[in-house]
Amino acid sequence: MTRIRLLPTAALVLGAIYCLVPTLWILIAATKSKTDLFSTATYLPSFGAGIWQNIVDLSTYQGGIFWQWMLNSFGYALIGGVLASLVSAACGYAIAMYSFRGRKVVFNTILACVLLPQIVLAIPQYLLLSNVGLTDSYLGVLLPQLFNPYGIYLCRIYAASSVPQSLLEAGRIDGASEWKLFHSVGLRLMGPGLITVFLLQFIAIWNNFLLPFVMVNSDDKFPLTVGLYSLLRHGAAEASLYSLVITGTLLSVLPVIALFLSLQRYWRLDLVTGALK
Amino acid sequence: MAARNRAKLPYLLVLPAVALLALFVVAPGVYALVLSFQARKVVGGLLGGGSRLVFVGLDNYGTALADPELWSSIVRMLLVALLFIPATVGGALLFALLLDVPRVRLARTTRLAIFLPYAVPGVIASLMWGFMYLPATSPIGGDHVDFFGSVTVFFSAANVAVWGSVGFNMIVIFTALRGLPSELYEAARIDGCSELRMALRIKIPLVLPAIAMCTLFTALASLQLFNEPNTLRPLSNAVSSTWVPLMKIYEDAFVNSDVNKAAATSVLFVVAALVVSLVASRTVSRVNR
Repeated sequence: MTRIRLLPTAALVLGAIYCLVPTLWILIAATKSKTDLFSTATYLPSFGAGIWQNIVDLSTYQGGIFWQWMLNSFGYALIGGVLASLVSAACGYAIAMYSFRGRKVVFNTILACVLLPQIVLAIPQYLLLSNVGLTDSYLGVLLPQLFNPYGIYLCRIYAASSVPQSLLEAGRIDGASEWKLFHSVGLRLMGPGLITVFLLQFIAIWNNFLLPFVMVNSDDKFPLTVGLYSLLRHGAAEASLYSLVITGTLLSVLPVIALFLSLQRYWRLDLVTGALK
Repeated sequence: MAARNRAKLPYLLVLPAVALLALFVVAPGVYALVLSFQARKVVGGLLGGGSRLVFVGLDNYGTALADPELWSSIVRMLLVALLFIPATVGGALLFALLLDVPRVRLARTTRLAIFLPYAVPGVIASLMWGFMYLPATSPIGGDHVDFFGSVTVFFSAANVAVWGSVGFNMIVIFTALRGLPSELYEAARIDGCSELRMALRIKIPLVLPAIAMCTLFTALASLQLFNEPNTLRPLSNAVSSTWVPLMKIYEDAFVNSDVNKAAATSVLFVVAALVVSLVASRTVSRVNR
C-alpha cells in the first residue's frame, strides 16, 4: 500500500524540480563574475566575491536605476492592486446587493470584458493616451490597470455569498445609511475575498510587460520587466551586461517569492473555482 | 431620505468601474476603429506640403490581411498554442490528481513549488529559460541540443509559457477536487477501486467544468503570446520581430510607424479573440450543465 504512494510522490517531486530549476540556476549563475559566467561549468556555483561584485555593479549601473525599477514595480502593483480592488468591490457589491436600472447592462458588459484579452488593448490605449499627453507617465501605466473585470465578477459572486441581505435590512431599520452599510458591513464581510482579488491584480500588474513597454519611454519610469528587457537588449551588443541581467533577474524574483510565501494562507482560490457554479 | 440614498448609492458604487471601462476599454476600442478607416496621405506641393488623415474605407484591412507576415505569425502562434494548451491543462490536471491521492508525501511543498512560477513575470521567466537555452551558459545541454532550432524554438517558447501557467491551473483544478464530497470515494474504496480508476471514472468527470475553464484561460493566454518570444528574441535569431501577431502589431505601430495598419490589425485581433472566447465559453457552460 505504501509502496504505491511512491510513484505519485516521485512525480510531484519531478514537477517541483522542473519549476524550481530556473530559479536555482539563476542563483548559481549570479554567483559568477563576468568572465566565469562563460568559462566555468554552468551548473556549479562560484564561491568567490562574484555575487557581491555583481550586485555592486548592478546597483551602480546608470546610477542605481535597477532599484528605481524595483520601486516602480512595487508602486504600480501595490497602488494599482489596492485601487483596482476597491473599484471592483464597490461595483461587485452594488450589482450583487441592489437592483437598479442598468444593472444587467453593466454586468453583461463587464462579463464580455472578462473574455476580452486586456493585453490586446495596450496598443490602442497607447494611441489614445498619446493624444492627451498621458504617455510616458506613471498615470499612463496605472490608470488602464485599475479596471479589472474579472475582479468585479469575483466580487459580485463573493458579495452575494458572504453579505446577507437580512443583515443590511437590520442595519437599515437601525438607521444606518447605505454608504455606512457598504463600508462597515459589506467591505468587512467581503474582506477575505478582497484579499484574493487584490493578490490576483497585484501579480497581474507586477507581471505586465506590454502596457508599460509601449506606454513609457524614460527608463526611470520602467517597471522591472521593461527595465530588465532593455538591459538584455543592450546586452546583445555587450556581453558583459549579461551577468547584470542575471543578477537583476535573481533580485527581482526573490522579493515576490518572499511575499508570496508569507501571504499564501490568504489565498482563497476556491473563490476562483467557486465562480464557476 | 433613506429611500433616496438607497436609489443613489448603487450608481455611485458602479460609477468608478463604468468610467474606467468607458475610458480605457471602450474609448481605445472606438479610437482604434476610427484609425483603422483612415490613412495619412501626403497633400500639397513642394511648398507648404504636409500630411493629413483621410478616410480610406477598408483599405487598411485589405493591406493588413494581404500581408504574408501576419499569416505566418498566426501560424506560429497556433503551433505554440498546440503545444502550450494540452501541456498546461494536462500537466495541471495530472499534478492536481496526484496531490489529491491520499497519504501522498511532500504534498504541501511540491504544491507550493509548482505554484511559484505564477508570480514570476513572463519576461523574467523567459530571461531565466533563455539563459538556460543559450549554449554558452546552458546547464541543460544547450551546447549539444540547439534550443533555438527551426523546430525546437516552438518547444522552447511553449516551455516557458507552460512553466509559468501550469501551477495556477493546477490550483484551480485541485480546489475543485477538494470541493467534491469525500463520501463519493468511500464506497468506491470499499469496493477495492484503485486510485487510478477512481481518478479516471469519478474525479475527472466531476471536475470537467474546472478543466474547461483552464482550457479557456490558456487558449486566451496563447492569443496574447508576446512576452516570451519577444524576450527570447535578443538571445536568438530564430525569433523574428514579427514572430506572433501581437509582435507584428507592435512592429507595424512603433517600428514601421504605420499606426493605421496596426489599428486595423488590432481590431481584427480583438474580434478574433472575442469570437474564440465566446465559442470557448459556450462550450464551457455546456460542459457545466
